[in-house]
Amino acid sequence: MKLLTLNFLTCAVKTCKTSASSFPLHPRDSELEIVEAEINVQFLQNILPRLMWEELGGLVNELGLPSLPPTAPLPSALVESKLQAPESDTTGLNIEKLEVPSQVARDLHRVLLETCIMSGGLVCGNCGHEYKVLEGVANFLLPAHLV
Amino acid sequence: MSRPEDNLPPDLFYNDTESHKYTTSSRIQKIQSSMTYRALSLLHLTSPSLILDIGCGSGLSGEILSNSASEGTPGGPHIWIGFDISSSMLGIAIEKEVEGDLMLADAGQGVPFRPGTFDAAISISAIQWLCNAETSEESAAGRLSRFFNGLYASLRRGARAVCQFYPKNEQQKTMVSSAAVRAGFGAGLLEDDPGTKNAKTYLVLTVGGGDLDGDITGVVKGMEGVDVMDQRRRTKDRKRGEETKGSKKWIMRKKEQMERKGKVVKANSKYTGRKRRVAF
Ligand SMILES: C[S@@+](CC[C@H](N)C(=O)[O-])C[C@H]1O[C@@H](n2cnc3c(N)ncnc32)[C@H](O)[C@@H]1O
Ligand SMILES: [Zn+2]
Repeated sequence: MKLLTLNFLTCAVKTCKTSASSFPLHPRDSELEIVEAEINVQFLQNILPRLMWEELGGLVNELGLPSLPPTAPLPSALVESKLQAPESDTTGLNIEKLEVPSQVARDLHRVLLETCIMSGGLVCGNCGHEYKVLEGVANFLLPAHLV
Repeated sequence: MSRPEDNLPPDLFYNDTESHKYTTSSRIQKIQSSMTYRALSLLHLTSPSLILDIGCGSGLSGEILSNSASEGTPGGPHIWIGFDISSSMLGIAIEKEVEGDLMLADAGQGVPFRPGTFDAAISISAIQWLCNAETSEESAAGRLSRFFNGLYASLRRGARAVCQFYPKNEQQKTMVSSAAVRAGFGAGLLEDDPGTKNAKTYLVLTVGGGDLDGDITGVVKGMEGVDVMDQRRRTKDRKRGEETKGSKKWIMRKKEQMERKGKVVKANSKYTGRKRRVAF
């Protein structure tokens, strides 16, 4: 499970729906893996305003990963312009201004889309229910009395 | 042809053997992929989005969502999260190393994401399963309402969802679409090749508040065979005032409202809304 997904998942237990502490779920005994993926800056710009930045920072700390900056970057900080010849130009002389992903974007991509919880548990801060994660897949099936 | 959902619950029907057979059949691959493209054309996505795939199975639709616009996916590549009730189906998706995130979950139990998470949702050949309650504790109506209420909340304002499904009959078609309308969606039913054995039903759903403001008529305008079930139409009907407070119709509507709010409501009976005899 990607950390992106964890920034949107809530506890599924019926009585937790109205409780603020049912988000975010807290990882327990998690095993992490970096699964490389192509960077998608447009997607990052789209999702940025919807992230709960503080909770993302908390999650990263709980997992023992390097801390995030205290505030979310602006969408405009995700690209930078660079002077270089396009790949198609074999002479390397036709220098152009290109928009490329910034370091900020690459760091965000690494955290949100490449850092995956492969196994462990996700625990609700309200009811304490633990959702198991196996082979990167979280199990959200609930016994009938909790639905 | 017998319908699998009439005989077994989905997690038992889609066991290892069936999931493998399903995913490797080139006939099935072809049909699921064409329905995914059809659904995508109805979603009108123009840039990389966060998409929920309900009953994602082995990820046949997801693989298309992950493709770029130049590979034929409108607005792609998208990032998707898929959930399914069958661990065998998800196992195949893992083997294929699909790019989306996968979860084991039952749509009939709800959609556990915070409000406004997704730009869009897609579901191909899955939600007819919700019409069959697995245990006696559950009702199909309850499962459908938990699903649509959860889906509605998890989508951002102005978002769309497209669910292709195989209704067993007209009654089931109505049961599914009215559950969606009750959850707040603007809803339209689109039928491709109606009346043939290749008939395909798409439930097109919109969430109000964005550019569309829940107006389904704009989405399906000019499309043939689209039945619009706009919620606002019901509201207008109501205003005409033929419904008096305390009448059976009024009680039924109030009960429906309460139920939607999650309140426990007494089951309707032939006595509901009847005049009681005066007791001395
Ligand atoms: C015909 S397959 C379609 C799979 C995939 N959408 C595709 O187009 O290839 C139906 C899928 O719906 C899933 N399903 C059935 N009931 C479900 C439920 N209540 N919650 C989640 N998934 C469900 C099944 O496990 C199965 O994988
Ligand atoms: Zn909980």
